[in-house]
Amino acid sequence: MSETNQETLEQPPIKLVMNQLPDANVPFESPLHHVELTKIAEHSGSQGGVVFRELSLGLLTLRCTPNAEQAASIEGILGVALPSNPLTSITSANGELTVMWISPDEWLLQVPQDKAFELESRFFAEVSGHVSLVNVSGGMTVFELSGNDVVKVLKKSTPIDFHDSEFPVGKVVSSIFAKSGATICRTSEQTYQLVVRRSFADYLWLWLQDASKEYGLTVMG
Amino acid sequence: MFHIFCPHCGEYREEEEFHAKGEAHIARPLDPDACRDEEWGEFLYFRTNPRGIHHELWVHAAGCRKFFNITRNTQTYEILEVYKLGEMPSVVAE
Ligand SMILES: [Zn+2]
Repeated sequence: MSETNQETLEQPPIKLVMNQLPDANVPFESPLHHVELTKIAEHSGSQGGVVFRELSLGLLTLRCTPNAEQAASIEGILGVALPSNPLTSITSANGELTVMWISPDEWLLQVPQDKAFELESRFFAEVSGHVSLVNVSGGMTVFELSGNDVVKVLKKSTPIDFHDSEFPVGKVVSSIFAKSGATICRTSEQTYQLVVRRSFADYLWLWLQDASKEYGLTVMG
Repeated sequence: MFHIFCPHCGEYREEEEFHAKGEAHIARPLDPDACRDEEWGEFLYFRTNPRGIHHELWVHAAGCRKFFNITRNTQTYEILEVYKLGEMPSVVAE
C-alpha cells in the first residue's frame, strides 16, 4: 500500500486547465437567466433604496501556504500581493482583479470573465509546488447591492455587524446569509458584493426582492 | 447564544456560523492496525463529560472553515479561552 503511494507521488502531477468559455458559440448562462433581469431593469424605477445587479465575473479559488518563492511568482502574475490580514481584500490598480481573503490558506480571485483562463494557465505555468487554483466561476455568482438602504437589507439577512467602525470599505466576510451562505465584500461606501452559490442564486434573488420591498428595489440589467 | 471569537478570522461571530465537533485533544492511534479493540473503541466512542471546564473542538463552518479549540465551562456556559489546533490550553480543570 505505502509503496504504491510512493510510486504515485513520484509521477509528475498532470496539470489540466480547461477553458470554460472556449468561444462565442458556448455562451455563459447566468443562474438568473430565466429571470430576464434586463427586461425587469427596463421597467424598474430608478428611485429604489436598494439597487440590485448581477455581475458575471471569473472566480477562482486559490489555496496555498505560499513560501517566499511562490509568493513572489503569485505577486508577479496578479500584480498585487495576496492579502495576509484576515477579512481584507485588495484590488489591482487597473481595477480588473480583486483578491479576497477567505481563510489563512485560501483566497478568492475575481477577474473579468474572459481573463480567468489566461490567469489559470499562467498560474500552472509559473507557480511551482503545493498550490491549488480552481476556476469556480460555474459554481458561484456575484450579486452587487447598493443604495441608501442597502445595509438595512443586509442586516435582515445575516448576523454580521455592518457598522462603519466594524465593516470598513474593503472588508470581506464569509457568513450565513438568509439561511444560505455568502461571502460579503464592501466594495465602496454604499456598495456590497455577495458571492453566492449558483444553486442558491434563485432563492437569494427572491429573498432579496422580499427583503428590499419596503425600501423599493431598482434592478440593473 | 454564544458569541465566539474565531482565532483565524480574528473577530467575534454569532454561534450559528460555527459547529461544535466534540471533545478536543483526542489523538488518533498512530498505528490503528496494531491497536487492541479496547484502544480503538476508546478512541472512537468514549468521551469525558465533565461538569465544569471542558476543552472542545469547533469549526467556523460558515466562515473561514477552520477548526480551533474552545475551553468552556459546561455548567455556566462561559467561554474561558479560544486557541488554535496544535496549541495547549492555559485554562485547565484543577
Ligand atoms: Zn473564522
